Amino acid sequence: MTEPLIRLQGVTKRYGSGQAELLALKGIDLDIQAGEFVAIMGPSGSGKSTAMNILGCLDTPSQGQYLFEGAHVESLSRDQRARLRRRYLGFVFQGFNLLARTSAQENVELPLLYRGDTANVRRTAAAKALQAVGLAGWEHHTPAELSGGQQQRVAIARAIVTEPAVVLADEPTGNLDTQRSHEIMGLLMALNRDHGITVLMVTHEPDMAAYARRMVHFIDGRIAKDAANPNPTTTAPDVPIAEGAV
Amino acid sequence: MLYSVFMLALRSIRRNLLRSFLTILGIVIGVSAVITMVTLGNGATASIKAQISGLGTNLLMVRPGQRSGPGGGGGGGGGGVPQFNEADAEAIAAQIGGVAAVAPEGRASATVVANGRNWATSIIGSSNAWFDTGNWKLASGRIFSDEEQQAGSAVCLIGETVRREIFDGTVGQTGLGAQLRVRKFSCIVIGILAGKGQSGMGDQDDTVVVPLRTLQRRVTGNLKVATLLVSMRDGSDATRLKASLTQLLRERRKLATGDDDNFNIFDTQQLAETLSSTTQVLTTLLGAVAAVSLLVGGIGIMNIMLVSVTERTREIGLRLAIGALEHEVLLQFLIEAVVLSALGGVIGILIATAASWGLSSLMGVPYAFDPFINLLSLAFSAGIGVLFGYFPAKRAARMDPIEALRHE
Repeated sequence: MTEPLIRLQGVTKRYGSGQAELLALKGIDLDIQAGEFVAIMGPSGSGKSTAMNILGCLDTPSQGQYLFEGAHVESLSRDQRARLRRRYLGFVFQGFNLLARTSAQENVELPLLYRGDTANVRRTAAAKALQAVGLAGWEHHTPAELSGGQQQRVAIARAIVTEPAVVLADEPTGNLDTQRSHEIMGLLMALNRDHGITVLMVTHEPDMAAYARRMVHFIDGRIAKDAANPNPTTTAPDVPIAEGAV
Repeated sequence: MLYSVFMLALRSIRRNLLRSFLTILGIVIGVSAVITMVTLGNGATASIKAQISGLGTNLLMVRPGQRSGPGGGGGGGGGGVPQFNEADAEAIAAQIGGVAAVAPEGRASATVVANGRNWATSIIGSSNAWFDTGNWKLASGRIFSDEEQQAGSAVCLIGETVRREIFDGTVGQTGLGAQLRVRKFSCIVIGILAGKGQSGMGDQDDTVVVPLRTLQRRVTGNLKVATLLVSMRDGSDATRLKASLTQLLRERRKLATGDDDNFNIFDTQQLAETLSSTTQVLTTLLGAVAAVSLLVGGIGIMNIMLVSVTERTREIGLRLAIGALEHEVLLQFLIEAVVLSALGGVIGILIATAASWGLSSLMGVPYAFDPFINLLSLAFSAGIGVLFGYFPAKRAARMDPIEALRHE
């Protein structure tokens, strides 16, 4: 077995102290290989969001180790984790988090701005990413002029524009109707299948989790069940994905 | 990197155009107030200096009677106070060092008539030294000859205002060689004085100059000299000169030790310094008041930046999540504040330039663009952006991305 892309070892997360102490994670061990599509499930308060924040290098474990490509994330500084995020990770949120009154293209270019890319490089990369999510020609629309599904696609384009190793999606379909949700899942599945991007997704909708090839269930701060999905959904609604777009 | 952060800042300013404008309004008002005040103050100082140097540089005006106040000089001489005479002027010129010229001056008011028009003006009787003490230049013609001064001939030079009122529209326009009727006698215009323009001391160009003896014999009918004009050489010590002048005049007027001077010496240089230091104090004061409004503008910027940071918490969370470093977020908000306040400074300078130009022509003071105060205001307003933008920017940069993203 090759070295995993992500390895959590005995990770705990503690909030507060004394009487008010809350143990959100109680010793998690989790290995994720490059190229996996993992759905993280569980009821609210089960610790799945906390785990997701740690996996996304936004938070650090109270105890235990987090190895990302062999690097000890738990000992990195705030800025070092930011550099790691900008290089390897892409984020998709439930609430899209697009900048208002800012065109789709500028939204997608945002991560590249922090990487110091030139305007030309940014424009080309953003156009490519927007094409990959089926929004070619929508570059100059602002979020207010786009539907919810389209906004989430812009957000996905923003997540993949840096060509990350991992895309972390936190309830990406939580604000969308069923039809749009399936479109977004089809998109994430295609990114994982065709471009080898590792996708970690938090969801509580079994229909959406069914697209993943592995499901991890959290209950009460522990992993209750971690199993391959024997029969992942592969027939998503038709979403145009340009060949070699990413 | 800096460029892209700068562009980010511009973009977010543009996204909130109305708010950005209202934010910088305080700075705009502050900067334009400071610059306008200082520019007008400088103009007023310059104009006072110009007016006083129009009287003559390094000029002492000696008048009979005690000083009744700055510029009040007791010109007519109160009851019983002895007047000066021509010999006093000659004595000063002969006995006191550092004197460039001494001119005895007598004055009378009269209506002059020529060319079918008349004009009320003041008649000055003096010697050729008068032209030196008053920094007068000739527009055309000549000054008095020795014979004319000795004989008290009927010759005169006229000021620009008199020339305009009497001779404008005539052949040659100058009136040179024309007969000018002054009370009961006529004089020949032998010269025209170059104009000095309007000044706060009255229109100096509204005058007719005749030899002292001419004035004494044909106009006033006595030998009195109302004023002695003493101009000092450049670099001579005014205090010492005044002291020896005082001593000489006390002797000539036979004052006993302990008697008060029955004459006063009025120093234009000293007046110039007093007046311009007064206006400078006023300028500084007004400038300080205006600077307070700049400070208020800066607090306005901090307020709006804090609101902006709170309102854009999710945006900041997103930026941090996708990999913005702490100092990059800090820099973005700091630059936003600096760009805002510097923009306010630029707009303020434009308004101030227009306002001080308009106001100075309205107030009749010269307008002078002062690059120093403009640059200083610009730098100061940008500095205010740094000062008052730092706290909100630090707050943004320190945010926890998870908390920020959850913010509603």
